[in-house]
Amino acid sequence: MAVHTQDRATRPAATDGTQRLSPALLQDEGLLFEIGETSKCGVDLEALREQPNRLGDLARTSSTGLAGLSEPETLRHYVRLSQRNYAIDLGLYPLGSCTMKHNPRLNEKMARLPGFADLHPLQPVSTVQGALGLMDELSHWLLQITGMDVVALSPKAGAQGEMCGMLCIRAAIEAKGELASRNRVLVPESAHGTNPATAAACGFVIDQIPANAEGRVDMDAFEQKLGPDVAAIMLTNPNTCGLFEPDIKRIADLIHQHGGYFYCDGANLNAIMGKCRVRDLGVDAMHINLHKTFSTPHGGGGPGAGPTVLSSRLARFAPLPFVTHEPGSSFGLVEQGEQDGAADAFGRMCAFHGQMGMFVRALAYMMSHGGDGLRQVSEDAVLNANYLLARLKDVFSPAFTGTCMHEALFDDSFLEGTGVSTLDFSKALIDEGYHPMTMYFPLVVHGAMLVEPTETESLQSLDQFADAMLSLAQAAKDQEHDRFTQAPRTAPSLRLDETQAARHPILRWTADVD
Amino acid sequence: MRYLPLSDLDRTHMLSRIGVQNIDELFGDIPSAARLPDGLDDLPDHASEQAVERHLNQLSGQNLNAGQAPFFCGGGAYRHHVPASVDHLIQRSEFLTSYTPYQPEIAQGTLQTLFEFQTQVAQITGMGVANASMYDGSTATAEAVLMAARITRRQGCILAPGLHPHYGEVTRTLTQTQGIQMRTMAPAINQDHQIADLVTADTACIVVQSPNVFGQVVDLAPLAEAAHAAGALLIAVCTEVVSLGLLKSPGEMGADIVAAEGQSIGNALSFGGPYVGLLACRDDRKFIRQAPGRFAGQTVDANGDRGFVLTLSTREQHIRREKATSNICTNSGLCTLAFSIHLALLGERGFRHLAALNHQKACALADQLARVSGVELLNQRFFNEFTLRLPKPATQVVEALATRGVLGGIPAARIFGPGPLDDLLIVAATETNTDEDMAEFTKVLAEVL
Ligand SMILES: Cc1ncc(COP(=O)(O)O)c(C=O)c1O
Repeated sequence: MAVHTQDRATRPAATDGTQRLSPALLQDEGLLFEIGETSKCGVDLEALREQPNRLGDLARTSSTGLAGLSEPETLRHYVRLSQRNYAIDLGLYPLGSCTMKHNPRLNEKMARLPGFADLHPLQPVSTVQGALGLMDELSHWLLQITGMDVVALSPKAGAQGEMCGMLCIRAAIEAKGELASRNRVLVPESAHGTNPATAAACGFVIDQIPANAEGRVDMDAFEQKLGPDVAAIMLTNPNTCGLFEPDIKRIADLIHQHGGYFYCDGANLNAIMGKCRVRDLGVDAMHINLHKTFSTPHGGGGPGAGPTVLSSRLARFAPLPFVTHEPGSSFGLVEQGEQDGAADAFGRMCAFHGQMGMFVRALAYMMSHGGDGLRQVSEDAVLNANYLLARLKDVFSPAFTGTCMHEALFDDSFLEGTGVSTLDFSKALIDEGYHPMTMYFPLVVHGAMLVEPTETESLQSLDQFADAMLSLAQAAKDQEHDRFTQAPRTAPSLRLDETQAARHPILRWTADVD
Repeated sequence: MRYLPLSDLDRTHMLSRIGVQNIDELFGDIPSAARLPDGLDDLPDHASEQAVERHLNQLSGQNLNAGQAPFFCGGGAYRHHVPASVDHLIQRSEFLTSYTPYQPEIAQGTLQTLFEFQTQVAQITGMGVANASMYDGSTATAEAVLMAARITRRQGCILAPGLHPHYGEVTRTLTQTQGIQMRTMAPAINQDHQIADLVTADTACIVVQSPNVFGQVVDLAPLAEAAHAAGALLIAVCTEVVSLGLLKSPGEMGADIVAAEGQSIGNALSFGGPYVGLLACRDDRKFIRQAPGRFAGQTVDANGDRGFVLTLSTREQHIRREKATSNICTNSGLCTLAFSIHLALLGERGFRHLAALNHQKACALADQLARVSGVELLNQRFFNEFTLRLPKPATQVVEALATRGVLGGIPAARIFGPGPLDDLLIVAATETNTDEDMAEFTKVLAEVL
């Protein structure tokens, strides 16, 4: 393997003939292990006074091989690498289902207050009353927004929230003595992959239900699937096609009549805050992605937080630990199954109390918006998506007719005859200065493009994006093939070979790779 | 509202471009009985930055934070000094506000740092490969057990008596529905080696923590031998990864999978999260194919230049759905970056020095505390954490210490529940502790006993 050379001279120029990458702003950067040395250290540590050994014969004798850097070299390495990333702070990030909204910096500052950041999870409860108070306030906001009875704060991300909700449902079924007979979970084929994966991880059998021609649950098919062995339905609402399920109440009623439960995937809560409460839709359990709706930063893939709201039918099964608060007294923490109120808890999701750093950020976000602002968030998110839909619908091919909620879904029929695929189109969008939309999800639509602008985009930003999209669609129709098949041409890397990566996996650096 | 760019004029213009009269037309699919005409009127209205800051400052001030007191808590979360540049770098917009690197051409920053992270995790654990992170050490442990069951096609799992009880509970919760048969022994400081006797032909894995929850350092080699002799796997758990700077790595001692908590490097205590679960395993196709979560891998771009992508994703939920190896999607992204930057600043030399400093401080503290009348040090071998037997219930003692401004460790009963371990106190020391802290702790402990 040759040393990393980004030979920019050989890469095709941008379509306007200029080279847009400045070597001064986008520096070549090798791997940490190529630039660092095991003898280098960027931290001044207190000198060792003595070197006791109470490790028995288990002291390390081998080298780890860790590469070290001085502090200035460290800054350069990571700042240079950072410049190879797109980010919300750079531009519109229309990843459908991911809710890439602005991340307020007040929230970062608040999460770093020493009373939150420098607090140990197992300190005496008397010394962490403010932290427990914050968790209690966060719970209050989440319960007001959803109308539900109880919230389990500990799940670490959306998928873990799904697990929490489904394990509550399983515990409720077990409490009724029906575990052996009630094991089928209905999952629409448009569902996010975590839904079937979660249901399977909870020991259920998955039964797919199809979508109808309007992108909603096919009610006939759904009703045919109902029976005494149905444990639950896992339904995203608004769904992954960006549409509200108009029959949602009927779905809830029917599943309840058949003795099952309604799990709602709350990834798309951003569209309905202050417009309706999921309790009134008949939901029994729903996770909330604080890293979507409540703006905690995605951080290149995490961390998130997935608090899970529960109906009164499931409340007593909520996992450990949880905060208690009798009016007028101090906050308590229930961590053991033997403690009061914990007898039915189904278990524990993670080592401590959940993602405190995310709780602080989410509460700061909610307080900043207030009840009035959260409703405005949903209205603007839906307005922005519909505005894009209106601007694009005559050229692009909306997957379904009518308006949408917070995201607009297109299929690839507008590209028919152009030779351009959804993948090529997405990569070409990079050369227009944008992160692509979600591609090929949901699976119910051919060559899906799911566009979610969020409420934090200005009208000007939406118009620029729509213009870029329309001009690309025109280029596809004009058979400007290179603009698509060669894309991206202006990115720090050209199209990457994913097949080779999977066929010959190199998952770590080793001295002999180079 | 400072985060919302649209003006009322914009909104009016947009509604007419869409072709609707008012915003509620766009919400027409919501059943009318469920609509909220008055919105969330039980919640307060929007607040200024100052007002929010004032309120949260007040809540923050109601806690006794680790920097305000001589501080000796561990038990799976450790207070270490994080260099200022780490927190600065992870707040770079391009790292902080980017999504999972699904479009690798404009996410090489995240992907290369993940590749470096995976390498560092493999290096310190002595394993072949590592994934791009799990939620925390406990969920990594549960996932490792499921992975071992798939690899061995067996269902038995034996938990060592020194495993953090929360790790045991999480593992039980997250694996119970998959038919895993869990066995364990009563908690004990120095009995981990005995689980070798429980291994049977149905054992998929044994799960051993070192240093264990009582701080005791465990020799994994004989346990690896016992497991392998029966066709089972050894899962090594580590909640204090700084120890790996001074201890033989799990890989050297024969571990097949390592599940660890990476919080100690680069990440704040933050009242329990977000943390960063580490999962490493043998560099063996059979293992990698059954691993949970994401992997970053090296490849080339259309120019032949090196680049990185997320790879082997046919194991994951977005491709494999109900047959995925795990349901994990979002992981601990930014915490892996903090971990990786801190470890880059330390390097081999700094990492070893840091570990030695922790050990030195813990040895000094253990000797001081053991001289307090009625206090007994129970560990023979430890790294930066140890267990004391007190003449009184430890919960009471810790409360009394707290009222005198000392955060003096974790009563075993806090994590195991009340019972036979009531008089045990688990104490940790790190490079953040000064001689004065230790003297104060020793003095106040003598007073409250
Ligand atoms: C619809 C939907 N459900 C579930 C999830 C899973 O959430 P997380 O990534 O936080 O685990 C996501 C996001 O990735 C999603 O878009």
